[in-house]
Amino acid sequence: VNLLDHSATELLRLLASRDVTAVELCHACLVQIEQHDAAIGAFIRVDRVGALQMAEAIDHRRAVGYPVGRLAGLPVAVKDILCARGGPTTCGSRMLEDFISPYDATVVERLKEADAILIGKTNLDEFAMGSSTETSAFGITRNPWNLACVPGGSSGGSAACVASRMVPLAIGTDTGGSIRQPAACCGVVGLKPTYGRVSRYGLVAFASSLDQAGPLARTVEDTALLLEVLAGHDSRDSTSACAEVPPYATTVRQPLDRLRLGIIREHFAEGLEREVEAAVREAMRVFESLGAECIDVSLPHSKYGIATYYIIAPSEASSNLARYDGAHYGYRTDQTAMMKELLDERRGALEAGMGLDGPLVRMYCRSRSEGFGAEVKRRIMLGTYALSAGYYDAYYLKASKVRRLIRQDYEAAFTQVDLVAGPVMPTAAFRIGERTGDPLAMYLGDLYTVTTNLAGVAGLSLPCGLTAEGLPIGLHLQARPFDEERLLRAAYMYQQATDWHTRSPSS
Amino acid sequence: LNAAAFQLALRAAAALHCQIPSVTRWDRKQYYYPDLPKGYQISQYDQPLARNGYLAIDDPQGRFAAKRVGIIRAHLEEDAGKSMHDELLGKADSRIDLNRAGTPLLEIVSAPDMNSPLEARTYLSELKLLLTYLGVSDCNMQEGSLRVDANINLHVTTREGQVATPIVEVKNMNSFRAVERALAYEADRQFRQWQQSGHTLGEVPKQTRGWDDQQEITKAQRSKEESSDYRYFPDPDLAPAITTAEQIREIGGGLGELPAALRQRLQDQYQLSAYDADVLVNQGQKLVDFFLEVANDCGDPKQASNWIQRDLLRYLKEHGRNAPLPVTSGRLAELIRAVNAGRLDSTRAREVFAHMVEHQTGLVAGMAALGIREVGEDQVRELCRDLLAANPQIVEDVRQGKLKAISALIGQARQRNPNVNPNLVRETCLRLIEESAG
Repeated sequence: VNLLDHSATELLRLLASRDVTAVELCHACLVQIEQHDAAIGAFIRVDRVGALQMAEAIDHRRAVGYPVGRLAGLPVAVKDILCARGGPTTCGSRMLEDFISPYDATVVERLKEADAILIGKTNLDEFAMGSSTETSAFGITRNPWNLACVPGGSSGGSAACVASRMVPLAIGTDTGGSIRQPAACCGVVGLKPTYGRVSRYGLVAFASSLDQAGPLARTVEDTALLLEVLAGHDSRDSTSACAEVPPYATTVRQPLDRLRLGIIREHFAEGLEREVEAAVREAMRVFESLGAECIDVSLPHSKYGIATYYIIAPSEASSNLARYDGAHYGYRTDQTAMMKELLDERRGALEAGMGLDGPLVRMYCRSRSEGFGAEVKRRIMLGTYALSAGYYDAYYLKASKVRRLIRQDYEAAFTQVDLVAGPVMPTAAFRIGERTGDPLAMYLGDLYTVTTNLAGVAGLSLPCGLTAEGLPIGLHLQARPFDEERLLRAAYMYQQATDWHTRSPSS
Repeated sequence: LNAAAFQLALRAAAALHCQIPSVTRWDRKQYYYPDLPKGYQISQYDQPLARNGYLAIDDPQGRFAAKRVGIIRAHLEEDAGKSMHDELLGKADSRIDLNRAGTPLLEIVSAPDMNSPLEARTYLSELKLLLTYLGVSDCNMQEGSLRVDANINLHVTTREGQVATPIVEVKNMNSFRAVERALAYEADRQFRQWQQSGHTLGEVPKQTRGWDDQQEITKAQRSKEESSDYRYFPDPDLAPAITTAEQIREIGGGLGELPAALRQRLQDQYQLSAYDADVLVNQGQKLVDFFLEVANDCGDPKQASNWIQRDLLRYLKEHGRNAPLPVTSGRLAELIRAVNAGRLDSTRAREVFAHMVEHQTGLVAGMAALGIREVGEDQVRELCRDLLAANPQIVEDVRQGKLKAISALIGQARQRNPNVNPNLVRETCLRLIEESAG
């Protein structure tokens, strides 16, 4: 077996027994990146020197018997929307191309405390706004299973680098499906934890009430291990929960007795591709064979999910992205050119007797127009409109009320069942460029995942089949808030009974 | 959320007799301006942490009747940075100081219950005093930890009834005195403006004017380059804060003795005049505590108050209000007791006080350093006999009923022995003259 085909859990064992050194593992990952990432484009930046230095330090500490952290020596890739001290955090945007983060996100801090090797930052849709990793200012990422297809998004870089064995573990963020959807597209496991489970401190905000960071890995066991490292209260994030963190990595292997699995009726309706439906229904039969009871459940307000999400998320985004105004940090327009333009226009305006905005407003407009990409601007405009005087009640307030109904749907379902299940997305990965001209088609791909974030519950995506074309299909499991333990145990049961997670793009 | 700031805000709200709702939340007020780094200000829009309170104000000199000024609301927000515009000589330089951006700020909105610049100033003084007693803020206006915007208009009685002039918001006032003067100026200006234009409330947009302390006038301010649609919405980064009834009770019970109650106690228990009580309490908790210690120690509250108001306040005026007190309460009490016991006359007592302050010593050391020894009654009698013998004219004058003539003898006595008690000299001389006549 190739070293990089081992799961993170197995690699930790090899590292602990010193059959493999951290430097060897890190080197193998760097070689894999070098060989494949030119074609895939999963990374925005790889820190070769820093990673090898960290690996060397871990090996040294192991050699002298000094205690090491939970992930000691394991390379982890981090989505380039989480701040890591001293290096750039671009969010896939021109706006932050030159931004150097002065501090570590809590997620990054916890990885460092666990002695993980921070190998690089992964590509994403600009400011995590997208479902295909096509809107990054630094190029697209391709699906390792088929380079003509998207890897999903927005955490497409993180999913692609795990799928292509460049790293055993990666961190993504999920605002409306951005961990689970690329995990499904790339045939890996992705977990969006309960809102508040993982600190958002240092996660550059897209939609604060929906954003959540979480793990991507090839096995459920590895996912549990990484979540255990990331989860927990953080006083620097006032929405972070004080709930206790169970030992996920240990309990994940305990099978669940008489699991009640809810099949979400609305997620098997029109628009779902037959191959995807067949794979997901087959997964239900696997669960039944493992003693689970499958029960039909309804989330009646699901149909309003996309509409609600595309009011709430852009509203918050329009506010969160206001800080990129060129005044304090981030991209600023060329001021010499701006002043020249202003003077030229002033002459014309004087002759025409028209008013003209001043240099300050001009600087804001030009910096934001040049620094942001089209999708980000679209969402800023959507959100600004939804929050404007006279529209607030009809849009933002209304959406907040529907959001409550969606949450109540979940609460009602969870009185009947332990977990709810369905497909992650209606189709497998689509072709690059297929939906870039049709934002609505792109948005509708998030149909099954956005309600998880709106309700604040936990959701997990795991591979459950391949299309005839050879593209992965994802199974979506969702749990009550802070019930990740049950979610992971159920997913582990499934992986014990199947081998989809062992398939790789190259096999 | 800054828990300490929230607690302090609740203390202020409780002391202002406000209703404190069980749930309060923060909103984002959105606008672009270079002194606002996030592009929005965290503030409170429709669910402030306090509503419907009041602050009682009074004037010991009776220039207005005691009243309650309503508090419409109080909310906790973050401060923005400071913009400094330099538009002199056609320049368009702006400088931004972001050091205070993000620090907690409590905005207290009063009702339009004040009817004169003096009432406004009194309200501000009383509010500041209350907030300093509560430890909510040091209320230093020079450093910007207390800022005031004042809204003012006039209600003019005409033959057709009352008309209101347009409301003007006055900014840039850096002392309470400036507020009082700015409002007086603005009242006058609005009257003249109304006579000229006849504009009444609602006919012109609300204007913001800045107070120019040098020229003592208000000037129309340029409006910010921003739209008025702030697109408020609940801040998704901050969870709403829940305050239980028990917590509100606890806060109300832990406020300590507040200025109004303290003034009353100084009058009731220490027999101070309303004026004296007001002066002491207005100096702040530290000085009131000092007074209570001195008064309790020497048993003479009136003298304690006099010494503090006369000598200690002068010292503080010279050395800054926050200077450490130059004398302990025990030493001042000892001094007052010595005066009351006749061991020191008041003139010399003040010299001793000055020495005690300067050299940080006690009464005994102070008296010794100034060469003050108590002079025995025999010594005084002997001295007086000598003086009377040497000044027959004065003796004669006194006999004629010109008692004032005795003052000259007191002067002479003090020249011979600076430690003699002038009162004792006067009494002894009079008695001797009487005896010699008898």
